[in-house]
Amino acid sequence: MSDPSDGDGDIRENVGHQFDRLPETADDREVEGRPSRRAVLDWWEERFGVPPAVFEDHTFWEKGSGKVWAFAGSVPHPSTIEALGMTLLRVRQEHWKPTTDGVQRFGRHATRNVVHLDREAARRFVAGEDQDVEWDGDWGYLVVTHDIAGGAEPLGVGLYLHGELRSQIPKGRRRVLD
Amino acid sequence: MVLERYDPLVDDVAAFRAACERPLPSVVRVNTIKATVERAMRALDDEGEGYEQAEWNPELLRLDTRSPGNTWPYYHGWLYGQEEVSALPARVLDPQPGERVLDPCAAPGSKTTQLAALMDDTGTLVANDSNLGRLSALRSNAERCGVTNLAVTHGDARNFSLKPFDMEAFDRVLVDVPCSCEGTIRKNPDTLDEWSLSHVEGIAGVQRGILERAVQVTREGGTVVYSTCTFAPEENEGVLDWVLDREDCRLVPFETNLETRPGVTEWNGETYDESVEHARRIYPHLNDTGGFFCAKLEVGT
Repeated sequence: MSDPSDGDGDIRENVGHQFDRLPETADDREVEGRPSRRAVLDWWEERFGVPPAVFEDHTFWEKGSGKVWAFAGSVPHPSTIEALGMTLLRVRQEHWKPTTDGVQRFGRHATRNVVHLDREAARRFVAGEDQDVEWDGDWGYLVVTHDIAGGAEPLGVGLYLHGELRSQIPKGRRRVLD
Repeated sequence: MVLERYDPLVDDVAAFRAACERPLPSVVRVNTIKATVERAMRALDDEGEGYEQAEWNPELLRLDTRSPGNTWPYYHGWLYGQEEVSALPARVLDPQPGERVLDPCAAPGSKTTQLAALMDDTGTLVANDSNLGRLSALRSNAERCGVTNLAVTHGDARNFSLKPFDMEAFDRVLVDVPCSCEGTIRKNPDTLDEWSLSHVEGIAGVQRGILERAVQVTREGGTVVYSTCTFAPEENEGVLDWVLDREDCRLVPFETNLETRPGVTEWNGETYDESVEHARRIYPHLNDTGGFFCAKLEVGT
């Protein structure tokens, strides 16, 4: 298997409208810039402590530049259908970014880079507000949780920079709650 | 008035008419992919939101609030706003974890997300719709519910293609067709303003094509459920009768704790196959819901 830099022509460009399954490892890679399944699993584990076993029943696919989808069913590869499972992660940028829905579904397994908010801070986060939050861990994308019905539950993704937690909740998902 | 044409079918016309004029109760379904019914109820309790659990389906909660979208459990994707009776067909289809299931007229997704939950988000669920705008609503609804076993296609359900999938047939298909929507009058009082018999007859042709294709892509011994939210026999028993004549399938009885009436075998001089009596008609006054029609078919046996 070749490296993209060796110019032997084996490495293809990403096809934007097609679902391609992620290669198992970097050595299996046939499309330039595409992450491997291994890299995605490692990232969830290193960044958030989510064990690879959580994704055991899911295959990973890329459609659109750098949009990684998690799918529990079975389809042939490649596929030109509209959607496959849920969008999980944005790659092909300096810092990989999990989606709100991906974090709500899988973020409950996170043990690292999780910031827990009280009800008032959670309310402001869900409304889309940025706020000052005490945090002595890594900067970057965090899983943001709060307590509901007797347990912690992920609200979505926050970006922590310079003492500030910036809400990454998409406009259509923001709510003003009590 | 359009509803008068159904007077011969309804046992208590006054109650039927009165129910059609009342607004619908606000109902949500608990999305069991993300929360148990108990935890969702506890979250509503903590917010002081009142509710009542439906006896026939404990996943359905009738809420006191008119705006369930502004609650914490809704934000987390634990709740899905769904008219009570529209939760019936997925229950009748009874999909099992690991199966291959098709929802050919899927958007905006209340029944699709319910199917995914009944399958424990395993197996392969294919959702199709002909309208791209509605498909995009379906996709965001499914993602909010945390559904990952879903493949979404865009096309006309009358010529649905198995080509993108590595399977020869589905185990179960939920055929919830576009219809004249008379049964949704409590939600949209304007529904009947544009009603015409030619629309009913035209859409019945589309429904026949969709149901026929659904039977063709279902494995021998597999299940197809046909549903509409209309009272018109042309779109209900008439469509079943047409497909029974052409495809290898039969109507089978099913159980539900909802109050229902059997399908009708005669309408406006037409006579339908006796077995359409196994289908269920649901009028708004029977369970304080919208109007609905639901039938269960077994393929090739």
